[in-house]
Amino acid sequence: MSLTSQIIQFFFTGLNVGSIYALVALGFTMIYNATAIINLAQGEFVMLGGLIMVFSTAVLQIPMFLGFFLTVMVVTTLGALFERLAIHPLKNASLITLIIITLAGSILFRGIAMLLWGRDPYGLPPFSGGKPIPIWGATLQPQFFWVLGITGLVLLGIWFFFNRTLAGKAMTACSFNAVAARLVGINVKKMVLLSFSLSASVGAIAGAIITPITLMEYDRGPLLALKGFAAAVLGGLGSGAGAIVAGFLIGILESLGAGLVSSGYKDALALFVLLIVLWIKPSGLFGSAEESELKKF
Amino acid sequence: MKRKDLYTLLLIAFLIVLYPWIVEGNEYFISILVFLGINSIVTMGLCLLMGYAGQISLGHAAFFGIGAYFSGILTSQYSYHPVVAFFVGIFFSALVAFFVGKPTLRLKGHYMAVATLGFGEIFFIVFNELDFLTGGPSGLSGIPTLTFLGQVIEGTAYLYLVWGFVFLLLVFSLNVINSRVGRALRAVHGGELAANAMGVDAARYKVQVFVLSAVYASIAGSLYAHFITFISPSSFGLMPSIMFLMMVVIGGAGTIWGALLGTAVLTSLPEYLRGLEDFEVLAYGGILMAVLLFMPQGVLEGMRKLLKRITKTTRRSL
Repeated sequence: MSLTSQIIQFFFTGLNVGSIYALVALGFTMIYNATAIINLAQGEFVMLGGLIMVFSTAVLQIPMFLGFFLTVMVVTTLGALFERLAIHPLKNASLITLIIITLAGSILFRGIAMLLWGRDPYGLPPFSGGKPIPIWGATLQPQFFWVLGITGLVLLGIWFFFNRTLAGKAMTACSFNAVAARLVGINVKKMVLLSFSLSASVGAIAGAIITPITLMEYDRGPLLALKGFAAAVLGGLGSGAGAIVAGFLIGILESLGAGLVSSGYKDALALFVLLIVLWIKPSGLFGSAEESELKKF
Repeated sequence: MKRKDLYTLLLIAFLIVLYPWIVEGNEYFISILVFLGINSIVTMGLCLLMGYAGQISLGHAAFFGIGAYFSGILTSQYSYHPVVAFFVGIFFSALVAFFVGKPTLRLKGHYMAVATLGFGEIFFIVFNELDFLTGGPSGLSGIPTLTFLGQVIEGTAYLYLVWGFVFLLLVFSLNVINSRVGRALRAVHGGELAANAMGVDAARYKVQVFVLSAVYASIAGSLYAHFITFISPSSFGLMPSIMFLMMVVIGGAGTIWGALLGTAVLTSLPEYLRGLEDFEVLAYGGILMAVLLFMPQGVLEGMRKLLKRITKTTRRSL
């Protein structure tokens, strides 16, 4: 394989991983906008999405399509339950408590997953058969198009939700100013619940579509969450579009770095990006410094 | 140091000195107390950072690892004297903490949490990848035990050595808390802006306490390496970092005593869960969640409040 076709191959692989980071980053952004909480359990939604998808299609023998919806529904319910049982009862909690409670949630989800599925990674057959498709010297598995297509649909859906529906606009209002939103009659608490459910479902979708490519095991969550967060910060925390662009960017960078430089330090790359952004420009590539000064945390 | 603290400290010291006789020199029980001492050193530092300065660190196992690897590598491969290696570890931990802490501690809460998480993960990857030095994922073995005048320090002697460090650092921490620095830290915790307005250089104090907590962790790491003589990256990854944090939070970050109680509970917990390894992670998550929801100030403060309420109601009914 020539160098150019190798680079093209890495680029496409990066696009694939990047769509997962973009979805995780989007999940972070939605909860952050509604509540100013960083949900450290975000990666666990992805992990659960993958493992429940495996369980429903491989063990329960449910058709792929139905299994997918079942998975998303189960994880969404878990996200809502998490908000009701852990976040909702806290009143006037300090920031540290809020961070640690989402951490506790992530450990709890991981513990449950380990109990149910053990420590081994699980695979999933691709969503459709078909031969690998050659493009410019690179070969692409059909699952690649599923990942990209479904990610695109999710992004479109989210865009529609935030820009064209009343609930979405209400959520946007909460992110600007929760007190003002309450004054115009928006039920802020309900929006918090909605944000957790929505980002759980986005996480579940990410987990379900990536498992045929990368396998899934119980402790995959934290690293996914960290990289997703790196994307959210790089894009300017709170900005949905920024998170998506940065997610793809980090995925491509990581894939190129792993292929051309060193695969051992692959995971460190995104974290370096995260630290450097935090140190140099915490407001991210697309955020303004003034805006981030005004934020509560 | 306050008088009440002094009495508590003397009581614990008395129990530690007697402990080898209580367990009749049983090596297994002694090793548990050694680990408790090592963990306590880390959590004391973390408690100063969290409970007093109000900052969070999700990457403290990295400093623990720096201490352990410097001691391990320098003594086993380059035959340095353990004391020299010990100080080199401390120096590097402090250096890393300073350069990481200075930009990171300017950030607001969430960023600080994730930045330390990322930093810890980077060190975990480095411990794994620098295999010509660290032995990679399969670990570093052959770390020499400590000797004093030709005598190997092990068992009860090592227990006393570790707890000697614990008490030294405990006294130091208690003095820091009740000094000008301690008051400044609490002011920063209460409100950084207000503290700044009163002339407290919040940024400087935060970096100082972060470096101090890294030094504690490095000391603990060196003691750990020479005790078990074999180290591998899994002891310095994300889960150990979270465990240290959990010890502080469960006991109560508000006081050093709370952190020590949490350390004792969580260090001995795996011994109770023996045979139930699959439930371990679930148990940790459940306990942490329950404590946060029902006793947000930690078990020590929660118990105190509960006791107060019980005495009040019994007094009323009398």
